[in-house]
Amino acid sequence: MLKNRIIPCLDVKNGRVVKGINFVDLKDAGDPVEQAKIYSDGGADEICFLDITASNENRDTIYDVVEKTSKKCFVPLTVGGGVRSVEDINKLLSCGADKVSINTAAVQNPEVVVESSKKFGSQCIVVAIDAKKNSDKWEIFTHGGRNNSGIDAIEFSKKMENSGAGELLVTSMDRDGTQVGYDIELMSKISAKVNIPVIASGGVGNLDHLVDGIKLGNASAVLAASIFHYGKHSVKEAKEYLDSKGIPVRI
Amino acid sequence: MNVTIVDYNSGNISSVINSFKEVAKNKVNIEVTSDLNKIKSSDKVVLPGQGSFKSCVHALNNISGLVDTLNEFAIINKKPLLGICVGLQMFADIGYEETKTKGLGWISGKVLKINNQNGKYKLPHIGWNQINIVKDSKIFKGIENNSHMYFVHSYEFIPENKNLISATTEYSSNIVCSVEKENIFGTQFHPEKSDKTGLKIIDNFISI
Repeated sequence: MLKNRIIPCLDVKNGRVVKGINFVDLKDAGDPVEQAKIYSDGGADEICFLDITASNENRDTIYDVVEKTSKKCFVPLTVGGGVRSVEDINKLLSCGADKVSINTAAVQNPEVVVESSKKFGSQCIVVAIDAKKNSDKWEIFTHGGRNNSGIDAIEFSKKMENSGAGELLVTSMDRDGTQVGYDIELMSKISAKVNIPVIASGGVGNLDHLVDGIKLGNASAVLAASIFHYGKHSVKEAKEYLDSKGIPVRI
Repeated sequence: MNVTIVDYNSGNISSVINSFKEVAKNKVNIEVTSDLNKIKSSDKVVLPGQGSFKSCVHALNNISGLVDTLNEFAIINKKPLLGICVGLQMFADIGYEETKTKGLGWISGKVLKINNQNGKYKLPHIGWNQINIVKDSKIFKGIENNSHMYFVHSYEFIPENKNLISATTEYSSNIVCSVEKENIFGTQFHPEKSDKTGLKIIDNFISI
């Protein structure tokens, strides 16, 4: 039986791990390579690096982090943030990333998703959707949550599936950093719309939120940052909790 | 001993390289090449594969003499070869991803899209699934039945001779996830991404 995945996410800036509260007010929480290794040894099903300030700054540090991590961690590694072109994807994959997540570029130029999934295979193309609720719909935000594209997130998710995305990483901008739980309505709507796996992200504050993301949001995988890397919970604890709630996990 | 990972532009093989180097340490020399003479002279060959069946077969054919060299290595000289993911799928006679494409024909059978029961199951089949070991295989030495392996694929290999199946996994149907035919081994899952259990499988292959 296929297991639901738990994915700790490390927000990386200039080669160091940080986690923003609504993408501002950053705190330093350690070396990404060591953290990733702790997670993979602790049973993380995948590791995700998000290069949060990549759009504005020198991104060469992330290549170095990816290269070092991929020599120590033997679980899948997803890297995103500031990925603009097929060449960016190629470079991250060559450094040892297993999947690359594309956010702003997928919205501005969906051809990047079409081209890269043809070139490298859908299995390594994740489209990251950052969405915020606006009355009865969700709109896609780009540039690390700064710009509102006005595009409907649910419709866009289907378009990305058709363009060749292998997975969708869906983040609720309303919930990110708040620790009040995933936007379950958003997750379940997108999950029902597409036939590819959905990774829920944004808002996890406790282990019940992970359960809700899977049971109510119908996500295939749950991504969380701060509950893991400030030591509030270990990945092992999270898995045992999910298991106790009847969710299939790899233990 | 030399183990060659065939680099034929089949997509991202960094993880395969990293995992083999981790297991090999300094005991075994890991080569990453498409040089025909190096492949011929190596003791074992790893055939990775990402992307579509069609693109991988085309990439193999694009390197002049590569298919003949692999045939000589695995079929005539019967030296150990491990195919991973699409590397395994290419053992088949024929694949149906994108368009009908001829495979290596080493193990009779075909590669078809996983039947996801009209959308009831998500595709690709991504994540950790348990393997049911149905036959003693050299690469499963010391691997417990029902171990978790990392999968990511939408197509499955259906071999004609079921006796060649060494493990299956349960998803929307029972999926063949490992085969063994004499010196030829293949895994649909990714041992290079399957943590310590996966590294053990790689170690087993290197130690054959």
